[in-house]
Amino acid sequence: MSGPPTVELIDVWKEFATGGRRVEALQGISVAVERNEFAAILGPSGCGKSTLLNMVAGFDAPTRGRVLFDGGPVRAPDPRRAVVFQEPALFPWYTVLDNITFGLRTRRQPPSVWRAKVDAFVELVGLRGFESHYPAELSGGMKQRVGIARVLVMEPDVLLMDEPFGSLDAQTRSLMQELLLAVWERHHQTVLFVTHDIEEALLLADSVCVMTARPGRIKKRLTVELPRPRSLEVTTSPFFNELKREVLGLIREESVRAAADPPP
Amino acid sequence: MARRLALAVLLPLALLALWATAVQQRWVVEGIVPSPAQVARSWYQWIVGGPTRSLSPYSGTWLANVAYSGRRVLEGFVLAAVVGIPLGLFIGWNRLVARLVDPSVQLLRPVPITAWLPFAIAVFGIYDASALFLIGLGAFYPIVVNTTHGVRDTNLLLLRAARMLGAGEAAILTKVVFRSALPSIFTGLRLGIGIAWTAVIVAEMIAVKSGLGYVLWDAYYVGRMDICVATMFSVGLLGFLSDRALQLLARVILRWRTLEAHG
Repeated sequence: MSGPPTVELIDVWKEFATGGRRVEALQGISVAVERNEFAAILGPSGCGKSTLLNMVAGFDAPTRGRVLFDGGPVRAPDPRRAVVFQEPALFPWYTVLDNITFGLRTRRQPPSVWRAKVDAFVELVGLRGFESHYPAELSGGMKQRVGIARVLVMEPDVLLMDEPFGSLDAQTRSLMQELLLAVWERHHQTVLFVTHDIEEALLLADSVCVMTARPGRIKKRLTVELPRPRSLEVTTSPFFNELKREVLGLIREESVRAAADPPP
Repeated sequence: MARRLALAVLLPLALLALWATAVQQRWVVEGIVPSPAQVARSWYQWIVGGPTRSLSPYSGTWLANVAYSGRRVLEGFVLAAVVGIPLGLFIGWNRLVARLVDPSVQLLRPVPITAWLPFAIAVFGIYDASALFLIGLGAFYPIVVNTTHGVRDTNLLLLRAARMLGAGEAAILTKVVFRSALPSIFTGLRLGIGIAWTAVIVAEMIAVKSGLGYVLWDAYYVGRMDICVATMFSVGLLGFLSDRALQLLARVILRWRTLEAHG
C-alpha cells in the first residue's frame, strides 16, 4: 500500500490545566492507521484514549507533536473524519431519517443524488421502518445504529469510534459488533476504534495498541492475525484466547504499576 | 377528563358563591362591589348591546375594544419576538456580541415598563406607537433572556456532532442551536405575552384612548364597577387564551420533546 497513512500521530503530547494544576494526559504517542485498516486503541478508563480520538477528529489540539490526516495536519472537524460518540449524540428534534441525512443536507446536495445511498445504509444498519421515528422513541442500540448510519452515508475516509457500544447491554453490544464487522466486510472502511474491552478490540481490529494508565502512553502494538470475515464465534478459538492472555498480561503489569505508583 | 374538569371548576365556583353571598349579605360596602349577576348582565350588554343605546355608553363595544387591545398585544409581541429571538441567539452564541449588548440589556431590564410611561408619551404622544413601545419593550426582556439561556445550554456533544458532519456556523445556528433553544424560547414567549397584556392595560389607561385598559379606567371614573370587573375578567380570559395558544403551538413544534418526556 502506498501513500501516507490515513491517520498518523507523531510524538503527540497533551496536557490539561485543571484548577491551576497541569495534568499530563498523553505522553509521546505515535500511531499510524493505514488505509482500510481497522485499528483499535485499548486502554483503561482515564488513560486519555478519548482525548487522542478528539485530536484526530479535530475537536482538540495537541500540546506538542503532530496529528496528520492523509499527510496533512488536522485543523478542524471534517466529515472525512467522522465520529461515532459513546453517547449517540443524535439531534432529538430530527427524525431518524433527518438525523441520517443531516450531513448530506448541510452539503446542499439534492436528495436525488443521495436517496438510493441513504436507503442502502438504512437497510444495512437495520433501521428500515423506523425512518420517521424520533430518537426518543428508540432503544439505546437503535440510537447507536442511527449514529453509525449518519456517518457512513458521508463515506468518510476514516471512522473514529469512541467506545461506541460502551453504554449498551451485553446482548445489544454483540449485535452491534457483528453489524460493524459486516459493514467492514462490505466497505473495508478505515476505522480507529477506542475501547477498554479486550475482547471487543481483538474481535474487531487488525491491530490493537495497548495504552498505559494516565499519563497515557502506548505500551505495545499487536497485530491480530485472525482470518476474516470474522464472527462472534472467533472469540472462542484457542488463538483468540492466546491473544487475550497476552493482552491481559500487559494490562495486569500496568495496573500493578499504577497501584504501586499512585498519581500525585 | 370529566373528573379533571370538575376539579378545575370547583374552586372558581366556590369563589363565585362566596362573592355572591358577600354582596347579598352586605359584608362589603353597598354600591362598591357589584354582584356576580350584575357583572354578568353588564358584560353581556357590553358584548351584544342593549335594547336602547343610550342606556350605557359601553353597550355593544366589547368586541371593538378587545380587537384594539388584542391587535396592540399581537403587534408588540411579534415585534418583541422578531427582535428578541435573533438578538438572544447572537448574545448566547457570540462572546463579542454578549459583551457588547448583554450589559445594556441587564442594566435596562430592571426599569419597570410603568416607569417608561411618561417617556413613551413624551416621545410618541397619545398614539398607538406609545402602547406598541411599552408592550414590545416589556415582552422583549423575557424573550431575549430566555433565548440566550437556551442557546448557552446547547449540548457540546451535539455541536461537535454537527461540526464533524460538516455543518458551518450558519447551519449550526439554525439546525442545532436554535432548535435546541426552542423550548427555552417558548418559555420566554409565554412570559412575554403575559407581560404584553399587563403592558397593554397600563398603556391604554394612560397613553391611548381605546381598548380594554381605556374602558377600565374610564369605567372607574364614572363609577361603573360592574364594567371594571367585567374588563378584568375579559383581560384574564384573553391572557389565558393567548397563553394556551402558545402552549398549543409549542406542543406541535416541540413534538420530539413530549416524546422524550413520555419515553
